[in-house]
Amino acid sequence: MEPEDNAAGPVIGDEEIHANGRDESDSQRHRPIISGEQLDIEAYAALYTGRTKTTRLLFIADKCGAPSMELEALRMAYDEIKKGEDTQLFREVVGKINGRLGPNYGLDDAWADAVDRRAESRKDKLENELNAYRTNLIKESIRMGYNDFGDFFYAHGRLGEAFKNYVRTRDYCTTSKHIIHMCLNAILVSIEMGQFTHVTSYVGKAEQAVDGLDPVTIAKLRCAAGLSHLEGKKYKLAARKFLEVGPELGNNYTEIIAPQDVATYGTLCALASFDRSELKSKVIDNTNFRNFLELVPEIRELINDFYTSHYASCLEYLGNLKTNLLLDIHLHDHVETLYEQIRNKALIQYTLPFVSVDLNMMANAFNTSVTGLEKELEALITNDQIQARIDSHNKILYARHADQRNGTFQRALQTGNEFDRELRAMLLRANLIKHDYNLKAPRKY
Amino acid sequence: MNLSMSSVESLVAQIHGLSSNIGELTQLRNYLKQCDDLLRTESTRLAPLLTELDPSVHSLGYLYILEACTSAPISKDQANKLVLSVARFINVCAAEQIRLAPEKFISICKRLMLQVMLLEDPMRGVAPLLTSIRKLQSSTEQLTTLHPDFMLLCLLSKCYKIGLSVLEDDIFEVDLPRDLFLYCYYGGMICIGQKQFRKALELLHNVVTAPMPIISAIAVEAYKKYILVSLIHLGQFATSFPKYTSSAAQRNLKNFSQSYLELVNSYSTGKVSEVEKCVEIYKDTFGSDNNLGLVKQVVSSMYKRNIQRLTQTYLTLSLQDIANTVQLNSPKEAEMHVLQMIQEGDIYATINQKDGMVRFLEDPEQYKTCEMIERLDFSIQRIMRLSKKLTTMNEVMSCDPSYLGKVGKERQRFDYDDFYTVPSKFTI
Repeated sequence: MEPEDNAAGPVIGDEEIHANGRDESDSQRHRPIISGEQLDIEAYAALYTGRTKTTRLLFIADKCGAPSMELEALRMAYDEIKKGEDTQLFREVVGKINGRLGPNYGLDDAWADAVDRRAESRKDKLENELNAYRTNLIKESIRMGYNDFGDFFYAHGRLGEAFKNYVRTRDYCTTSKHIIHMCLNAILVSIEMGQFTHVTSYVGKAEQAVDGLDPVTIAKLRCAAGLSHLEGKKYKLAARKFLEVGPELGNNYTEIIAPQDVATYGTLCALASFDRSELKSKVIDNTNFRNFLELVPEIRELINDFYTSHYASCLEYLGNLKTNLLLDIHLHDHVETLYEQIRNKALIQYTLPFVSVDLNMMANAFNTSVTGLEKELEALITNDQIQARIDSHNKILYARHADQRNGTFQRALQTGNEFDRELRAMLLRANLIKHDYNLKAPRKY
Repeated sequence: MNLSMSSVESLVAQIHGLSSNIGELTQLRNYLKQCDDLLRTESTRLAPLLTELDPSVHSLGYLYILEACTSAPISKDQANKLVLSVARFINVCAAEQIRLAPEKFISICKRLMLQVMLLEDPMRGVAPLLTSIRKLQSSTEQLTTLHPDFMLLCLLSKCYKIGLSVLEDDIFEVDLPRDLFLYCYYGGMICIGQKQFRKALELLHNVVTAPMPIISAIAVEAYKKYILVSLIHLGQFATSFPKYTSSAAQRNLKNFSQSYLELVNSYSTGKVSEVEKCVEIYKDTFGSDNNLGLVKQVVSSMYKRNIQRLTQTYLTLSLQDIANTVQLNSPKEAEMHVLQMIQEGDIYATINQKDGMVRFLEDPEQYKTCEMIERLDFSIQRIMRLSKKLTTMNEVMSCDPSYLGKVGKERQRFDYDDFYTVPSKFTI
């Protein structure tokens, strides 16, 4: 999703790990930091097909904030919709364009009416056919009939009904291939509708039909599962799923996701949630995933920098990518959280190997001020993510390891006290209850 | 019916004669019970009888007569005399004898307390009541009806230390629940006065979670103080009741303490300004409950807690930064607070005035000293004693016929593994 462009920095080979973040004056590494160029909408849109193309273009138009980009996106959306049959979406786009693109991009009522009329007649035809099949009770035909209905509704933007029809084919599926076909359709519509619980359940169903699964389908299912985890904020699971997607995916799933997206989502989620060993084994050493990473060189640089502790450049890459990432429909809501988690991880990882850290050098390494850094570290220490204490006078961070022995004594004494208290209270209460009982049951023996 | 001199003489003779051992004392008691009405009608004429009896030897008889004497309403100047005589009696009486007639003893003690309050000199009653408690108790684990009165007197006369010494005893036997509630409530207040918040929390907890079919005003007031002490001591308050709290309490206590729960909410924000705002709003409620002092302590405990949190994150910190984080007005104020906390032992730190820095230190306790070993040992012994107590109580209850009756009915009829000698149908 970053610009489909050609600026890839020189491949960074084996670097010596700097103890204290990067050295500004180091002339050996000349890395042109790509300033996140504005998203090339045409190239971006070319990655996708089908309904998602339009949805994404509309989303960009909504969120980009720059009128030129907005109009560009809307224009492309208009063209795309005209190729399809969704009149509802058409009217929406026209409303958004609001005449700014000239008379060619206005409300073409004639076209819309023609499409609607065609739709009506097609719908009647499909209904008749379906009824015929139903009376004949030929499973395969009924299945095809419902499927066609589903396709029809999907093309016309009536997603709820499309979903219902796709699901209805389930009773008429005879082979695993049918089931998988149904599941894939259901998944497609659910993602468009944003109902990711359905996505998870249908992925599960599809994975059970083992004999129908070929590598492409498996890759597709994994992508879908990853997306639903991402929406559910389960970043670790999402990362795992995306990283398992095989290179067979290629351009076979462009109606939902592009391979660049797989790389981006997978990497960001992995960075935010994996620990170091998992990061190395599942991302950096993952040969399959390398194919995806080649498509997005900035992300590849990002990961390498993080792993080799060049935090400043890593965070710089992230910062540059941010604007473009915010235009992605799936990632939009999660960018902030993921970024925060990655930054925290970087801070924690930086301090981990040291007994004492000079806050000034650390602030340089992270390109921030000492006071700001102090505040961030304070938050991390309070959440018990870093075991250290800050010497605010000398601006040093000291690692602090709790004394196990003292802690154990303290806990033992405390437990003893609590037990003592609870037991006494309990005996007292038992006595009170006995007293009560004696009062209520004067029947003595 | 007129009490003739002869019957009076015979009364005194009886007392003299039957005061040597427990068998005779029981006989004496029955006799005295029969004479009770007579004594009551002749209460005004009984005073000279007292001179013929020795309170330490003839305690039981003396008690009856004294009780009858004092049952009549008296004037204020006579109150003094009464207080003296009762106090003297309490000091010298024989404990085993008075335990045979506890209601009488309790009633004269209560009268003593009443008079002492009327004379507006509660301190006079503290020592006598302490002695009376010790004599009336069959063991230090028993709570008598006099305990709450004693606590009240301690509170009114501000003799907190004596009250604390009585609170040291663990109570396991209770005659009347109401006594326990009052005792714990007053005891809690004494502990608060002495800043022993842990014990106060324990006592108030006992009141709030005690089994009670309907809630009483004592429980409501105790709950309010419980919330405040919990905030001061623990820095938080768990609004959910433990499982063993009575359902009446769980349902109703919160309704009466809305303003306090609001205070809890504002406290959990961690900002002093929030808490002060809340206090301003509910000042009247707190005032009418006489809890304003406690509420002020809650506010100051907020500063303490915030500073304590800083010790977890920082090794050294400037006074200016402390003032900023904890929302104090100046570094001087921060210095004052930190100084006070160091003196009270809440934190370990050193203040460097030249640089305006505070250095936080670790708890110097190394758990290596003999005192610590002794403390651990003492704790272990104590818990072993308590556990033994629990086991005995369990055994006693398993032999209790009413318990067995209830369990027996629900037991299965055919049990091949065990052969119970208790018949399955248990009728008493």
